[in-house]
Amino acid sequence: MNFDFSDDQKLLRKTAREYLTEHAPLSLCRAVLESDAAYSDTLWKGIAQLGWLGTAIPEEYGGAGFGRLELAALAEELGYALAPIPFSSSIYLASEALQLAGSAAQQRQYLPKLASGEWIGTFTHAEQPGAHGAAGVATTFKNGKLNGTKIPVADGEIAQLAVVTATCGSDVGLVAVDLTGTGVHRQSVRSIDPSRSLATLRFDGAPAQLLGDAATGWAVVQKLLDRAAVLMAFEQVGSATRAFEMTREYTLGRYAFGRSIASFQAIKHRLADLYVEIELARSNCYYGAWALGNDAPELGVAACGARASASDAFELASKEMIQLHGGVGYTWEFDCHLFYRRSKWLAAALGSANHWREQLIQRLEA
Amino acid sequence: MDFNDTPEEAAFRAQARAWLDANAERLQPGERAAGVEMRAEPGGIKRAQEWQAKKADAGWACITWPKDYGGRGATAIQSVIWNQEEARYKTPPNIFGIGQGMLGPTIMVHGGDEQKQRYLRPMLRGEEIWCQLFSEPSAGSDLAGLRTSAVRDGDDWVINGQKIWTTGAQYCKWGMIVCRTDPNAEKHKGITYFIVDMQSPGIDIRPIRQINGMSGFNEVFYTDVRVSDRNRVSGVNEGWRAALTTLMNERHSIGGGGGGGPDFKDLIQLAKDTQLDGHRAFDDHAVRQRLASFYIRSKGLQYTSYRTQTALSRGQTPGPESSIGKLVGAPLRQEMAIFALDLEGAAGAILDRALAPQEAAWQQSFLGSPGLRLAGGTDEILRNIIAERVLGLPPEIRADKGMAFKDVPTGPRNSDK
Repeated sequence: MNFDFSDDQKLLRKTAREYLTEHAPLSLCRAVLESDAAYSDTLWKGIAQLGWLGTAIPEEYGGAGFGRLELAALAEELGYALAPIPFSSSIYLASEALQLAGSAAQQRQYLPKLASGEWIGTFTHAEQPGAHGAAGVATTFKNGKLNGTKIPVADGEIAQLAVVTATCGSDVGLVAVDLTGTGVHRQSVRSIDPSRSLATLRFDGAPAQLLGDAATGWAVVQKLLDRAAVLMAFEQVGSATRAFEMTREYTLGRYAFGRSIASFQAIKHRLADLYVEIELARSNCYYGAWALGNDAPELGVAACGARASASDAFELASKEMIQLHGGVGYTWEFDCHLFYRRSKWLAAALGSANHWREQLIQRLEA
Repeated sequence: MDFNDTPEEAAFRAQARAWLDANAERLQPGERAAGVEMRAEPGGIKRAQEWQAKKADAGWACITWPKDYGGRGATAIQSVIWNQEEARYKTPPNIFGIGQGMLGPTIMVHGGDEQKQRYLRPMLRGEEIWCQLFSEPSAGSDLAGLRTSAVRDGDDWVINGQKIWTTGAQYCKWGMIVCRTDPNAEKHKGITYFIVDMQSPGIDIRPIRQINGMSGFNEVFYTDVRVSDRNRVSGVNEGWRAALTTLMNERHSIGGGGGGGPDFKDLIQLAKDTQLDGHRAFDDHAVRQRLASFYIRSKGLQYTSYRTQTALSRGQTPGPESSIGKLVGAPLRQEMAIFALDLEGAAGAILDRALAPQEAAWQQSFLGSPGLRLAGGTDEILRNIIAERVLGLPPEIRADKGMAFKDVPTGPRNSDK
């Protein structure tokens, strides 16, 4: 049994932790949240320099050519730091979409830019409230032009490349569009977590290209979402772990009725329960990482388990964080709300835990 | 990252499988081996003893025990592998676990040479079955509050009191008992640990009827039961440390959280077979959400055990994740049973095997699962353990600290006995 990260992968995680501790304290997340900036350009350039963006991008396209397990290790640490950067959009989604569906020429065109961080990529599917598969796509791709409106688009304000779901004849396909080109209208949208930005993208005959030779259909979109779900789940577990650790620290140091509040069973048991939920989520994530790393047929089921449990665990951790901090946890000055906001932002990004649970049953049945 | 054995583990597994193939019959797909209930059947104990002796002769009994005591000095991961392999065969259940898993290791650490010589071999072979006499009516989670007394009388000790939740007392040859030997000392400092012959005069064993109608446990009453000082395992008044050794081994053995009973596959089947207002329950959105949650939880536990096994495989001490098994597994079992009965609608109330869906397996689980949340550490005690030992939170504030045991306050329920 070898159900763990390798020593090299653990070393990568440790190095990432050290770098982010120094360069991405929570004050950085707060600075983005409190400013008009959509992300921290300094941190983005810093991790680009370290080569993190190209971790799982092939060497021929400017990446390091490692696997998804290395990416998962980084994702957990970026979550732990609440890093205010568009890593998930550009790497788990845009870069993975290109690798999954793009032609060699398309990969050559875009991947080096994403690997170097020169360009930011994103992926967008949603057009209206609710959870919709292929049937929810009204955006069209025809004769090389893209028309339609996507909202909300994660990091849509700052991205140069978007991979967009669009109907293409009778099928749904993934379409790459250069957001610096013509026919693209962007508008910033207020985000529940201003350290991760949202936008509306309206395409008005924007020149675009279909990824691959033909519309791939929903199955490929789903596969992209599955892969991103595992990586996002690691990010969520990382954030949940940080929320848990800070809450533990706080309750230990907070005295009431003459004792540390962490000595009350009402608090101890909640922290124990939270710890258990995070560990179960982590174990489900490990399974997801295994499936992702090996491109195993179990990926569909594994992604659902990882994503649903990690969403729930982070949501619980962020709720408990505020509750166990008491009144100060509800103030703007304390960092609890950074976690509370991020938990919902990440959960919304790829569909709710309920959505992934439903997906799970569909796949178990298949 | 993979689920494969190392070459050494694979070789060990092949060795285990070869012996099992030659000596036992493989379970067919869907077939289940007999559970521990088998000990209540006529000849059940004898069959378990025969299998144990066969294993012992070939060196496959208590494989983690040192060779000096008849084991093979196997590693923890080898023990996991052996258990996985043995579970594939139609073998009698191990009804010797309390002795072999908990009491034997206690004797190895705290017992004298004479005790090790006399007791460990027959325990390993299953010739002598052992029970654990720890809990009392007013000392459960707070075990150190035990009141059964042992008073020195020449070369003997005389025991009076009552123990409870004793598995197998009616067929055990030996028991290990913790007694109060100094009521003037603090709670933890007046306890001594003994071996007691369960056939001694003055012992009265009465089965306890559980809410599921079965009797896995007993109450054991002691009236002037004599135990030789040679059967004292710990120093006088130093028994608490030995008791902790036993309890630590208990958590190791219960941690798996496995056990029989219906599982997730059965629940899916039930949801497919059951109609809700003209459609399959399985197609109902709320039902699917719950099913998915159960699946993710039970898989989370399984993958957590893989992480533990990985640590063992690398020769490391498992991380804190290994402590969550029973705390998650036992309530999960109960929740699944409750959900299944709700799915069955009015039929959920039928206990008759011939009439209830899936031979009333969920009804049985409904009645059996509350016990799992109590045995071997209640949910609440497990949360305390995780909070204190894993998370490093402060220990409970104790009202009886520094107090002589005889002065420790007792509620009306304790004092009217």
